[in-house]
Amino acid sequence: MPLVQNLPALQVVLPLVAAPLCLFLRAPRLAWLFALAVSAAAFAIAVSLTVSVTEVGAFTYAMGGWAAPWGIEYVIDPLDSFILCLVTGIATLVLLYAGPSVEAEVPHRLIPAFYVLFLLCLTGLLGMVATGDAFNLFVFLEISSLSTYALVAMGRDPRAQTAAYRYLILGTLGATFYLIGVGLLYMMTGTLNMEDLARRIPAVADTRTISVAIAFLAVGLALKLALFPLHKWLPGAYTHAPSAVTAFLAATATKVAIYVLVRIFFTVLGPIEAFQTLPAAVHETQVVGVLAIIAMLSGSAVAIFQPNLKRLLAYSSLAQIGYMVLGISMVSVTGMTAGLVHMVNHAMMKGALFMALGAVVLRIGSPRIERLDGIGARMPVTMAAFLIAALSLIGVPGTSGFVSKLYLVRAALEDQHWIMAAAVIVSSLLAIVYVWRIVEVAYMRSPPADARPVREAPLVMLAPLWVLALANVYFGLETTWTVGLAEDAAGFILTYVPGEGPLSEHPALEELLEGVNGGGHGPAAEEGAH
Amino acid sequence: MLETVLGLYNYWIVIVLMMAGFYTVIVRGNLVKKVVGLNIFQTSVFLLYITMGTVEGGTAPIVDAGADLYTNPLPSVLILTAIVVGIATTALGLALTVRIRESYGTLEEDEIIEIEDRMDGEV
Repeated sequence: MPLVQNLPALQVVLPLVAAPLCLFLRAPRLAWLFALAVSAAAFAIAVSLTVSVTEVGAFTYAMGGWAAPWGIEYVIDPLDSFILCLVTGIATLVLLYAGPSVEAEVPHRLIPAFYVLFLLCLTGLLGMVATGDAFNLFVFLEISSLSTYALVAMGRDPRAQTAAYRYLILGTLGATFYLIGVGLLYMMTGTLNMEDLARRIPAVADTRTISVAIAFLAVGLALKLALFPLHKWLPGAYTHAPSAVTAFLAATATKVAIYVLVRIFFTVLGPIEAFQTLPAAVHETQVVGVLAIIAMLSGSAVAIFQPNLKRLLAYSSLAQIGYMVLGISMVSVTGMTAGLVHMVNHAMMKGALFMALGAVVLRIGSPRIERLDGIGARMPVTMAAFLIAALSLIGVPGTSGFVSKLYLVRAALEDQHWIMAAAVIVSSLLAIVYVWRIVEVAYMRSPPADARPVREAPLVMLAPLWVLALANVYFGLETTWTVGLAEDAAGFILTYVPGEGPLSEHPALEELLEGVNGGGHGPAAEEGAH
Repeated sequence: MLETVLGLYNYWIVIVLMMAGFYTVIVRGNLVKKVVGLNIFQTSVFLLYITMGTVEGGTAPIVDAGADLYTNPLPSVLILTAIVVGIATTALGLALTVRIRESYGTLEEDEIIEIEDRMDGEV
């Protein structure tokens, strides 16, 4: 099957090549349809990758024909295909939704550029997931980040520019921290290939350089995924970005950052159990677990007091990131499964919530709670979907949010982490409070007397919104797909053992150097197409 | 002692630049100075990579008669990519600064926060 073997590269290259083409399609509607078609094709590729990974297991693609570890390798394993499906699926739904929403929120002449940036952001996210090379991951991280900063700045409000600026400063710091960490790993091992790194790190695990590298990687990635206390950029960016961008970012960008955390700490640094040896904060709970708990509680608590619903949902996202990281920090198959399942479920619920809010903004013009009296009666179809997703956010049985919280609590109880289990429940109770505030305003107040009648959002916005809302219900009742794939991925990642590497250096290299390798503090010269 | 100071000369420079840049980013309130600080911070990382690629006594990595020890070219190549990323970041940062200046009339962070608080106050 030659085509299947090329899919890992196509997955990333397709949106990358398609992105600049959007600029040539001057008509906004044309650019929109083109971007939509590209992301639908990317979704099809991700699905077929998932199918073949389930059939034959992990497989690789050597970029440019350079064999790993000398060249850049793309690796698709169960965890990768799972995340690829999530990202491309959400991207397709958001792009479908984006058409009318972007036309209303972004200046007309910038619309083709909007889709260029959107596809570039998608490229970056997919590349981060597909690549098997630590430095290549940095490049894709920056591709997605840079396009995200520009997307956020496209919001109408001048505050979108300052939010984008703050995101740029903190995001670049995070990415540079990651770069320093990778540099230090390279210094000790002389390789950038993730599998090769995992093979070579145990030999140098006890050096101070590796400890410093772990610290830089942990802080850099925590900044990128907005873990408490490094979350300052997130509420502003989510609040002021155009609605479609917020829905896309909330559903995918932080998820991919969490994926990178898992990838780096459980496969690259997995053999030396770097994650398990991060400083312990309380008893044997590592600092990550404690930060996750604080994020869950503070995020939900702050959300209660927000008058701007976009900001409210952004703070709620911080809490939800806490749930995901909490599951991962338990370092058990159930915990990891819970974290991964919640990644998918949260993508569905927050995607739906931000889409519904975007539809409200389109018709009412503001996401502020004072303007939304009786909105449940004025836009019943939109708000019904909002309500379903909000119930899922709380974790009401029968919705997908319940499934992930069930797994989280079960994982916490398995290892007798009572505080963690309690924190999940308290944070969910806080979620009831902030969701109730919205429900009260939307359904129990009558619309203001001078309110002009509003129409529902157009069908292209309602359709993806309802797909996500119904997905919340469907995956709350039928969990074989989400939990099944997440369990596969969790089992794979926690028992990851790097395969046997090539025994000697690159054959061509040996001929060239006639067996002489460099000394000093630099590793042997390598060839690669970086 | 002397060896730690002079032998690791490049790494000391890296640390000084890194901290100076990081400090500027965090402490300075002027948006342009923040971008400059970010640049210094990134430059220190470039220097870190290039330093680690150097092999003592090695020549440029070109196969040639008489040369048997080469400097590792890979970090330099990686840093070419990172420099491009850095330029893109700086350009975007400065572009945003220009637009912020246009809409707020200032580049000082505390004044911007003041204006934003006022904006948050009105509905």
